[in-house]
Amino acid sequence: MSALLSLDRLSVTLHGGQRVVEDISLEVPEGEIVGVAGESGSGKSMTASALLGLLPDRSSTGGHAWWRGGGDEIDLLTLDQRAWNRVRGTQVAMVFQDATASLHPMLTVGTQVTEHMRVHLRMSRRQARDRAVELLDRVRIPDPEHALRSYPHQFSGGMRQRVAIAAALACQPRLLVADEPTTALDVTVQAGILRLLEELRAETGLSVLFITHDLAVLAALTTRAYVFREGRVVESGATEQLLFHPEHEYTRTLVAARPQADDWDEWEGPA
Amino acid sequence: MLLGFLLRRAVVTVVLLVGVTLVSFLLIQAVPGDTMTATLSEQALQDPEVVAAYRARWGLDEPLHVQYLVYMRNLLQGDLGVSQQTGRPVLDDLLTYVPATLEIALPAMLLSLVLGLAIGLYAAVRHDRFGDHAVRAGTLVGLSTPPFWLALVVLYVFFYLLGLSPSGGRLSTWIVPPEKVTGSVVVDAALEGRWDVVWDAVQHTALPVLVLTVLTVAMLVRFVRSAMLEVLDADYVRAARAKGLPTSRVLTAHVLRAGLVPVITVSGLAFAGLLSGTVLVEQIFSWPGVGQYAFRSASALDLPAVLGVSLFVAIVYTAVNLLVDLAYGLIDPRIRLS
Repeated sequence: MSALLSLDRLSVTLHGGQRVVEDISLEVPEGEIVGVAGESGSGKSMTASALLGLLPDRSSTGGHAWWRGGGDEIDLLTLDQRAWNRVRGTQVAMVFQDATASLHPMLTVGTQVTEHMRVHLRMSRRQARDRAVELLDRVRIPDPEHALRSYPHQFSGGMRQRVAIAAALACQPRLLVADEPTTALDVTVQAGILRLLEELRAETGLSVLFITHDLAVLAALTTRAYVFREGRVVESGATEQLLFHPEHEYTRTLVAARPQADDWDEWEGPA
Repeated sequence: MLLGFLLRRAVVTVVLLVGVTLVSFLLIQAVPGDTMTATLSEQALQDPEVVAAYRARWGLDEPLHVQYLVYMRNLLQGDLGVSQQTGRPVLDDLLTYVPATLEIALPAMLLSLVLGLAIGLYAAVRHDRFGDHAVRAGTLVGLSTPPFWLALVVLYVFFYLLGLSPSGGRLSTWIVPPEKVTGSVVVDAALEGRWDVVWDAVQHTALPVLVLTVLTVAMLVRFVRSAMLEVLDADYVRAARAKGLPTSRVLTAHVLRAGLVPVITVSGLAFAGLLSGTVLVEQIFSWPGVGQYAFRSASALDLPAVLGVSLFVAIVYTAVNLLVDLAYGLIDPRIRLS
């Protein structure tokens, strides 16, 4: 079986020689949500950036990122700027950690959801607007018509992330790279976003590479997961297996480090 | 909302303008010597009758507070007084000199904005590479060049060596100036349809505009560059690129837009500066602008003229600031007046 995306010994070296990702191999099958877990600095965000050609200036890559979402198999790491702009948005899209920062504060939601539709799908203003209303409705934004004319700061954090997801999905990408999309949100709002992603997967066959440091989220959403540490994959497999029967010592530490309800029993008040 | 804002602004402006007249008025009194010693000859000063007549003519025999109140009363009626130097109403003088300054300040500002945004954005995109270093070196040279020296150099090169441009003034001497309508020779000549005169006048503006532009651009580029550098790393710019937008669209619609607020502030100040004081450049190009007028009035301690110029400068700065604040609201919805 050939997956939608296969990373084959991906490595990333920053300008200045620091190697932040080393020999990562990973697969995202069609229509699945695959998890990546790790602490900050484990290379998970750099891997995400590499998948969209958004690595920092003058970094270099090794290995391959085989992409089978556009007909022929291509290696994403070999694309030039023009080729990237045909892949980004339409085949691979991204949602960032903090929608407050990833939505342009001075452009209307309408502009940010429609601008790339007009470029990629050659839609008229009107067509793009109609589709934007559908999209916002799809991600459960109340009163989409009004939302299109509003600015990001007029929404709550959760609603903003929904807008960002709508914008990412506008040109019907096959893979959504979600880099800690719920970390900045309250737990209840977070649950709503996770449910939305699962619905989108089930209904449209969207694949998601879901990056998080939160193992609870991993358990709720993904069937397969990879655990990253210091730029390498230390363990991978079915999520359930990873969380309840971790083999690698680091995974065990991560699982053990999760805050537990009974931790409070031992807590003796502020030091 | 907007109306309330404008009203508050109007009140503040009036208070400010009164303050400006008062301070200018008092400062002039504090300067040793007075307009009499600057205007009358040594011999005339010896003659008590002449002195008394002069003092009575200009109201200098009244106590200070009376002089000030008389000035303010006239001001309220739109009368800025008569210049002791030119013997003409200060308002007429300003209406002659201000358009001349506008004629070089406006094109210089527009050119500076276009070039400053383009070059500054280019440097930011090429951050820490050759293009960026070259631009930064260029702006450093531009900023450290004294305006009067640059004016002399371009005059030497373009007038003396190459013979490409006139040496100064607003029109060649053999041309009959157009009837004064707006006060700008270029515009007035165009109104009369005398295109050869328009061309001659434009040629005369070329060098002063060049000098003012070089100085303004150098400063703008630095601001644009650092403002854009901050924006280029923002998540929303990465998000725009992740959507597969062409680089040109990312730069204009996303980067430039976000970095514009600090740039507008500096541009406003730069424009106000160009309007109110480019004495040295005007001097070298024999350009009869506000800077020259201010300089001559101040050295003659010509009180009405100095007060008039001070008022003009204060109005320019408050007007530019108002425009800048209104522009913020247009650019950034988060600071829309509410």
